[in-house]
Amino acid sequence: MLATLFKFKGGVKPASHKDESTQTPIARAPLPPLLVVPLRQSAGGTPQPLVKPGQKVLKGERIGAPEENFSSAIHAPTSGTVRAIEPRMLPHPSGLSAPCVVLEADGEERWIERVPVNYAAASPDALRDLLRDSGIVGLGGAAFPSHIKLKPGAAGRIETLIINGAECEPWISCDDMLMRERAEGIVRGAAILRHIVSADRVLVGIEDNKPQAIAALRAAAPAAGIEVVPVPTRYPAGGEKQLIRVLTGIEIPYGRLGTEFGVQCFNVGTAYSAHRAIELGEPLISRIVTLTGNVERPGNVEVPIGTPIDGLLKLVSPKADTDRFIMGGPMMGFTLPRTDLPVTKAANCILAASPALFPPQAPEMPCIRCGACTRACPAELQPHEHYWFSRAKNFGKAQEYGIFDCIECGCCAYVCPSNIRLVDYYRFAKTSMRALEREKTASDAARQRFEFRNQREEREKAEKAARLAAKTAAARQAIAGAEKPAAAVPAPAQTAEESAPALPQLDEAKKALIAAAIARAQAQKEGVQPKNIDNLAPEKQAEIREIEARRAKVREIAKTPPEEPV
Amino acid sequence: MNGTSPHLHLPISVRLIMLKVLAALVPGIAVYVWFFGAAILVQIALASAAALAGEAAMLKLRGKPVGLFLADGSALVTAWLIALTFPPIAPWWLTVSATLFAIVVAKHLYGGLGQNPFNPAMVAFAVAIIAFPALMSQWPAVGFTDFAAQLGMIFKSQSPQDAVTMATPLDALRTQLHVPEARATVAGILGSHASFGNIGGKGWEWIALGYLAGGLWLLQQRIITWHVPAAFLATLALIATGFSLASPDRYAGPVFHVVTGGAMLGAFFILTDPVSGATTPRGKLIFAAGVALLVWIIRTFGAYPDGLAFGVLLMNLCVPLIDMGTQPPVFGHKDSKKERKP
Repeated sequence: MLATLFKFKGGVKPASHKDESTQTPIARAPLPPLLVVPLRQSAGGTPQPLVKPGQKVLKGERIGAPEENFSSAIHAPTSGTVRAIEPRMLPHPSGLSAPCVVLEADGEERWIERVPVNYAAASPDALRDLLRDSGIVGLGGAAFPSHIKLKPGAAGRIETLIINGAECEPWISCDDMLMRERAEGIVRGAAILRHIVSADRVLVGIEDNKPQAIAALRAAAPAAGIEVVPVPTRYPAGGEKQLIRVLTGIEIPYGRLGTEFGVQCFNVGTAYSAHRAIELGEPLISRIVTLTGNVERPGNVEVPIGTPIDGLLKLVSPKADTDRFIMGGPMMGFTLPRTDLPVTKAANCILAASPALFPPQAPEMPCIRCGACTRACPAELQPHEHYWFSRAKNFGKAQEYGIFDCIECGCCAYVCPSNIRLVDYYRFAKTSMRALEREKTASDAARQRFEFRNQREEREKAEKAARLAAKTAAARQAIAGAEKPAAAVPAPAQTAEESAPALPQLDEAKKALIAAAIARAQAQKEGVQPKNIDNLAPEKQAEIREIEARRAKVREIAKTPPEEPV
Repeated sequence: MNGTSPHLHLPISVRLIMLKVLAALVPGIAVYVWFFGAAILVQIALASAAALAGEAAMLKLRGKPVGLFLADGSALVTAWLIALTFPPIAPWWLTVSATLFAIVVAKHLYGGLGQNPFNPAMVAFAVAIIAFPALMSQWPAVGFTDFAAQLGMIFKSQSPQDAVTMATPLDALRTQLHVPEARATVAGILGSHASFGNIGGKGWEWIALGYLAGGLWLLQQRIITWHVPAAFLATLALIATGFSLASPDRYAGPVFHVVTGGAMLGAFFILTDPVSGATTPRGKLIFAAGVALLVWIIRTFGAYPDGLAFGVLLMNLCVPLIDMGTQPPVFGHKDSKKERKP
């Protein structure tokens, strides 16, 4: 029954710290009075708002329309009134702002009409559209729209569907608790996803440090078709590429989708929300968030999307020495710039950090090329080489050595004896390269425009010259036609001067041409507008005549000698 | 930038690595003292003091945090390796000046920790053996453990008596085999004197085993990988086996080569210097095999008693090329290695 497991190279084994937050069942977060729902919560464009300030909405009502087919819909997490649609700061490492729907809850939790769908009778295309319109995105943290991942790829068909319950990041336990408590929903969701891609088999990969989750899923899984596979606990076993490698032996390179290789991977939370969307008609409006770390009562809560984080933190009481909050886990999460930010679909964990729990790192030392990073790298890169390339801004070399294959899992920096913040160097190199690429695209476009204009001007010039040449040729022909009778007379050996007798005829023709030209010029002249004194009103002309007469008189007087002064 | 991931870090440091390397040298040093007296401890102390002084001065000159870098232990590793490769009765000024040369020129003038293209300890050895070949060839005879006499040689440059010094087994073998009319054979020379010991020179063979023990511990601690020691010792043994099988009278066998001279120290402690060595797995194999080949050639045909220093330095030169040519394929790019190359 057990599938053969493959290994991925590298990886590390930090202390898991999962027990802290798995002692109590998933709690339900209280409904906050005001929710801030970001319109952009997945890759691929910002959905357009479908509501206006002041409008009343129902729970589950669509408030953001997916842009084309590349993003996912956004829904009202509860019933209430839209107060504003305005840019608000998002939970993002650099505190980006983006349009959000600010919703005042009415506390009534009035649902839209929920329409369950029998997935077995529905076409894959209809189900994909339904998932898109239900806002289903990857809940493992990347929030990639699921309907895109479910499209058949170059391999024609997805043979193996992988459900990712590995949850390899320390401290995070939202997937673990979901698997323990809602295994049946996950299995039903997996069946829907399998139906859409008509996969041969479904493998649920779970790290072997979650025996309860494994048991729960095994109990829920039907006898055939869905296989629960414990995988060795080693970070980042839950990385999509790593889990695919462990379960199937297939390696997906950077920039390619699993579908191209006949395999696709979804988080357990995603499978569960697909089940709710299709079989219960409930769009994705809440998720499970682990609240843990330096807090008094760590645990997992089901949170409506858009709930402010600081409100949630009150539930678990952060300890006094907490100095910051991390969204995500300690290996890949980022420090929240503030805590009054909303929970998004990507928010799997809020981790309270303290200097005791995550001590500040010792000063950075030079790289001694010890190779610890190389042994830890699950992408099988040479991290120390990328460190040198990134530092030296030798981006071409970094790209040649595969820097974009880096998944920023942090293993290299975790093991580095010189305390080098390696991932920061890679982020710098990658963003610099992307910026350069954008600049290059822009300058390429500008150059193309310039070249096109030059070409057009050249072409117009050429056309003009051709027209002129044609005209001249026609004129020459006319002249040549007049010349012809005379041209036959002189002997071939005669020089130009000796051909003078031909001139009279030539002159005749030329005269005709010149006369025609003069006629044209005269016609043109006649066409020219008269000057400002040529056609004046009669009274003006009279005035002018008067002035001229006065002047003549003055001139007459001036001609007579002046009288002797008395 | 404490806000960026990862927020976790293993409790590991350059200092810890260097301290473990020093600890791994202790068994070999203990055996050294047992067979040749405490002189080696004096040399270690001299080299350490010189290394720390040179390091501190250079750090200050370069405007680097002195305390932080002095505590990393890298200068001590260089110092100990210099002391262990030099004759234990070498005059103090030779050890000190060679160590200073290693730290100041071979390390800091190239940019300090992590930047030196050449193994500093081997630079020191090469400079010393070229400048002072006689002093570098005076090795104590087994059983010469009179500490007062040793101190006299180190600090007062007293001329050693013939009774207390002798050529190392490697040196003896090479010089005697080079005299054709002597009609000496390897077996004859090695059997001629009790000081040749059982397999690689009395005393030296046991010190080599001490280094081996420490080296295996470093492997277990994952401070070093198997590639370099295995490739070095295997290549050396393979070449020695081939030649000694073809002509047993003229060429020493594999066991002798592996446990004599600096082979074992080199395999686990010198060639494994990460800064000046190759970093890719295949690169490490090529690097170590290259050193082994050079060592065997210099030992057998060269003018110097041992070839480790020159072998290492010559291969250090090749490291950038080796690393460039042995880049392993990246995850997902295994069957299309050329695809990555532009």
